[in-house]
Amino acid sequence: MPWALLAPQVAIVSVFFFWPAAQAILQSLQVEDSFGLSRQWAGLENFKTLFSDAAYLESFKTTAIFSVLVAVLGIAVSLMLAVFADRVVRGVLFYRTLLIVPYAVAPAVAGVLWLFMFSPSIGVVAYGLSKFFGFEWNHLLNSNHAMTLIVAAAVWKQISYNFLFFVAGLQSIPKSLVEAAAIDGARPWRRFWSIQFPLLTPTTFFLLVINMVYAFFDTFAIIDATTSGGPGRDTVILVFKVYIDGIKGGDIGGSAAQSVVLMLIVVALTVLQFRYVEKKVSY
Amino acid sequence: MKFKSLALAAGVVAMALSAPAHAQVEIQWWHSMTGGLNEWVNDLAKQFNDSQKDYKVVATFKGNYDESMTAAMAAFRSGNAPHILQVFEVGTATMMAAKGAVKPVGEVMKQSGVAFDPKAYVPAVSAYYTAPSGEMMSFPFNSSTTIFYYNKDAFKAAGLDPNKAPSTWPEVVAAAAKLKANGSKCPYSTSWMSWVHLESFSLWHNTLFATQNNGFGGPSARLAFNSPLHLRHFENLANMAKQGLFVYKGRASVAVPSFVSGECAMFTGSSGSYADVAKGAKFAYGLAPLPYYPDVAGAPQNTAIGGASLWVMSGKKAPEYKGVAEFFKFLSNPEVQSASHKRTGYLPITTAAFELTEKSGFYKEKPGTDVAVTQMIRKTTDKSRGIRLGNFVQIRTILDEETELIWSGKKEPKEALESAMKRGNEQLERFEKASKAAAL
Repeated sequence: MPWALLAPQVAIVSVFFFWPAAQAILQSLQVEDSFGLSRQWAGLENFKTLFSDAAYLESFKTTAIFSVLVAVLGIAVSLMLAVFADRVVRGVLFYRTLLIVPYAVAPAVAGVLWLFMFSPSIGVVAYGLSKFFGFEWNHLLNSNHAMTLIVAAAVWKQISYNFLFFVAGLQSIPKSLVEAAAIDGARPWRRFWSIQFPLLTPTTFFLLVINMVYAFFDTFAIIDATTSGGPGRDTVILVFKVYIDGIKGGDIGGSAAQSVVLMLIVVALTVLQFRYVEKKVSY
Repeated sequence: MKFKSLALAAGVVAMALSAPAHAQVEIQWWHSMTGGLNEWVNDLAKQFNDSQKDYKVVATFKGNYDESMTAAMAAFRSGNAPHILQVFEVGTATMMAAKGAVKPVGEVMKQSGVAFDPKAYVPAVSAYYTAPSGEMMSFPFNSSTTIFYYNKDAFKAAGLDPNKAPSTWPEVVAAAAKLKANGSKCPYSTSWMSWVHLESFSLWHNTLFATQNNGFGGPSARLAFNSPLHLRHFENLANMAKQGLFVYKGRASVAVPSFVSGECAMFTGSSGSYADVAKGAKFAYGLAPLPYYPDVAGAPQNTAIGGASLWVMSGKKAPEYKGVAEFFKFLSNPEVQSASHKRTGYLPITTAAFELTEKSGFYKEKPGTDVAVTQMIRKTTDKSRGIRLGNFVQIRTILDEETELIWSGKKEPKEALESAMKRGNEQLERFEKASKAAAL
């Protein structure tokens, strides 16, 4: 009986997760032409090529910087917004709705929106920066500008999701706790830091895992639409390279090998987070 | 749910019943044409369908070039490939290597008994799509090349002769300096870095971009753009960038709007951008041949082809191939060709179509539209036939990446070109290995 009840879940996970993952592992060990006319056993050849490519190793660093920035900024900004929105008395629904809207925007569209604003010489923001601050924005040639742009777009896209969870988390904190602290003379900042934030740690931890996974996997459309990995290779993150090599380049073996590496990284990261970070979480 | 599947079943039955009544053979055509070009493709299909009763060409948009190619690969794997697939020039070597997946156009025409003369096509175009054995592999459809655009109003304002475009690179530098002195923030920019400044540049100077005659000799080709000439050109561009004479505006065709908006005064890019320029430019503009270095023997030769061709997929029935052949015959018709050329700015791909267009007075009416054609209608050499390399999509990306490091001052031109060659050659080695495996 327990197996029968579990069966639908197992079936779904196998079809949508284990089977594709197995396919990826299989393909990563083969050299195949794009039309699938021939398939050759390659052993670890694809992985060897991958790790002898200096550019690939560099994109690990890029990915690390990008993911940490996206996760940390995404969580910090949305936590701040959630705390403020929680204190709003009138028009709560209006604020919340507005803050949730970006979630409905497709990643590629989000990328294009930010690209329009920051496009050198014609974008609103780029123009404003140059006109009022004398700051020449050029993400086409300046790596820091390019990284800022993709992080901003990726964070903006994810804020709504984080925000929803934080608002829910804040609402589940008993009012009496916060009020008791207020009566004891705690200022808002103190109340937040000593009461609300510790009680939010389960939410924050959950969001940390989710945001890391998001930064690792779901952001290639944003990069494709804004920087395409440039300038040079300074915004090529791992998942973007998987997409470019596999879908645009038709190099299935190489791309599969990269997804296997990516898969291992995310598994390792999640395990690490559950083993070490979770200890600091109070449920 | 039940009702839905019932309705579906009814639909299938109705379709099955109605099929014999028409007895029309359907030809699936997957393409990547958007906007006005999408309308053009649909009109071609409609025109052909109205012209006869036996075949029906169904044109379907399948995303941009790499997306439709990926879609066709996936469809081929599952046995649902279209009859005709539009593939961009960069994918040519990949398609040629996929021998079991494609049927050469020459063979399709011969087996269907449809008259077909490969010699009627502009050599620089048809040669690109012809196998070493001399068989035409794919049908040239929309072809473009690289040309030079300039803003005549900006030229006039800077004291330059608006009716004389700079024809050499030293002249471009001189003109850029004058434009800058007159306050231009972007005297010169370009789209398609690799295509314009390496690929077309090589052919234009009759110099090899890659060994094995730019890959025409087979998959053992390796990149060769570290010649003194290539280096000289990139040093020249790097100097221009330093002085603010050349402003980098992004990859692929991202830079086009900066010319159309009037920001950049000189521009190199695809002849296919003509439609955008003609529609959007609020200033007098001129079209001119791609600049070259006058001291190089054999320059100017001819420029590189861009755009796409139509590939026929394997594993279809004989009557369907007959339909494909009839459709290609229709597309080769000089009137159809000439009308397409005038409408889209793509090259006329047969000599007859070019002559017909000339006779109609189109080039006099819209000066500059013949620049691309005259750059291409030349006798090609072994070095200038075109560039056909495996994993070309990746190689172009590598070139974008490495050259961006020149413009941002992180790498010297020599260093960037060497590193691009090394990385590009790794891609070529991979391709050679995979295609050897496929041939076994």
